[in-house]
Amino acid sequence: MEAFVAVLARELRLAARRRAEWALPLVFYAVVATLFALGASPNAPWLKVAGPSILWVGALLAALLSLERLFRGDYEDGTLEQLFVSPQPVSLLVAGKLLAQWLVIGLPLTLMAPLLGVGFGMGAEVIGVLILSLLLGMPALVLTAGFASALVVGLPRTGVLLPVLVLPLVCPVVIFGAGAVRAAESGAPADAPLYFLGAILVLCVCGVPLAAAAALKNALD
Amino acid sequence: MNLIPNWMHRLASPPTFYGFADRLLPWLALVSVVLLGYGLVGGLALAPADYQQGEGFRIIYVHVPAAWMSLFIYSFMAGAAVVTLIWRIKLAECVLTSCAPIGASFTALALVSGMLWGKPMWGTYWTWDARLTSELILLFLYLGVGGLQQAMGDPRAAARACALLAVVGFVNVPIVHYSVEWWNTLHQGPTITKFDKPSIDASMLWPLLSMALGFTTFFGYVLLQRVQNELLWRERGNPWVVGAALAAKK
Repeated sequence: MEAFVAVLARELRLAARRRAEWALPLVFYAVVATLFALGASPNAPWLKVAGPSILWVGALLAALLSLERLFRGDYEDGTLEQLFVSPQPVSLLVAGKLLAQWLVIGLPLTLMAPLLGVGFGMGAEVIGVLILSLLLGMPALVLTAGFASALVVGLPRTGVLLPVLVLPLVCPVVIFGAGAVRAAESGAPADAPLYFLGAILVLCVCGVPLAAAAALKNALD
Repeated sequence: MNLIPNWMHRLASPPTFYGFADRLLPWLALVSVVLLGYGLVGGLALAPADYQQGEGFRIIYVHVPAAWMSLFIYSFMAGAAVVTLIWRIKLAECVLTSCAPIGASFTALALVSGMLWGKPMWGTYWTWDARLTSELILLFLYLGVGGLQQAMGDPRAAARACALLAVVGFVNVPIVHYSVEWWNTLHQGPTITKFDKPSIDASMLWPLLSMALGFTTFFGYVLLQRVQNELLWRERGNPWVVGAALAAKK
């Protein structure tokens, strides 16, 4: 547990020193949402309909772009090897890193979404569901992307490979996440998709650290 | 303790497997030709036209077996992936990486034939129906495995990375399937419904089953050849490869 906290604290300290790491995804998210609005005719009614989908996919892409280098720096400077020679289980340390990533990247995006939601004409209740859905879904996204970036950590340039690996895997998260918001918008109860999101999150929390640790081990072998 | 019988160990050694595949290949080819031949003649010529869909229904003889294969090969690949991860058998790695392009081709075939079938029957090439969408996502999963394998240099590391991805994807496939179903039933009213399949007549069914079996043996045929190539490439420089090359020349 101490090792978990130590890894978490280290990641947070690093992120605090490199502000661009968590600030730029927010800018990216806002720009993408704006571009969608600009692509439509001004105040087009379909924009309100497509809002949940746009906000979800935007958050997903913003998180993905910043997660490509999740393990890269540690791989290059040897920190990763240190993690592997430590007596702690690697999956626990990886879980610490992923939790830090969610705090640094996932959580700010979650808090940013309501602002953009106002722009897409969402009411207070819908925004509440949007926040809830992102709170449950974003960690699952970060975990899945963390697994994929562990797979490709040894590659010099991954480019578009990471999104290609991650996006099919996170289809259910987008379906239930945006689905919850859409349900709220149409006045229906949104708890069913939120429960599904919670279930997916539990599955990811249990499985992904193990899979990611295995992938990292493979890259180091 | 001994989970793998001895003969399996021997078969998993590259030269033995190469020879085994060489002996098996002509039989697989023969069986595939017979089954596919009967299926095509029976399905395209002998079976009566459907009372609702007319001659158009005959796409079923390509479409349904291809869709079956797309799922079967993914399961097969995941099985090879588990073997790769647990026992680190080189042969399983080759099987795994050879499965991805074949599976992607069958999935693409299922999608394209489905689109061609959808146009006359549903009036549209594509609809965001649950089954179509999960098949499309399956294609993306296959392409992800293939892309990862291409991107990584070292074949063994690439195979193990692909194995992890395949296992995670395999866990994910049912989740994707049911979430897509949920999404579609919530989202879309029955504007374009799937036609009710009439319980199929024996004269139509037998060719279909024959096609499905034929597709499977054809998959075995292609897979064995791909695995053979992969083994030759990986073991180039080994004496048995030189021997096999010389034997092939004769």
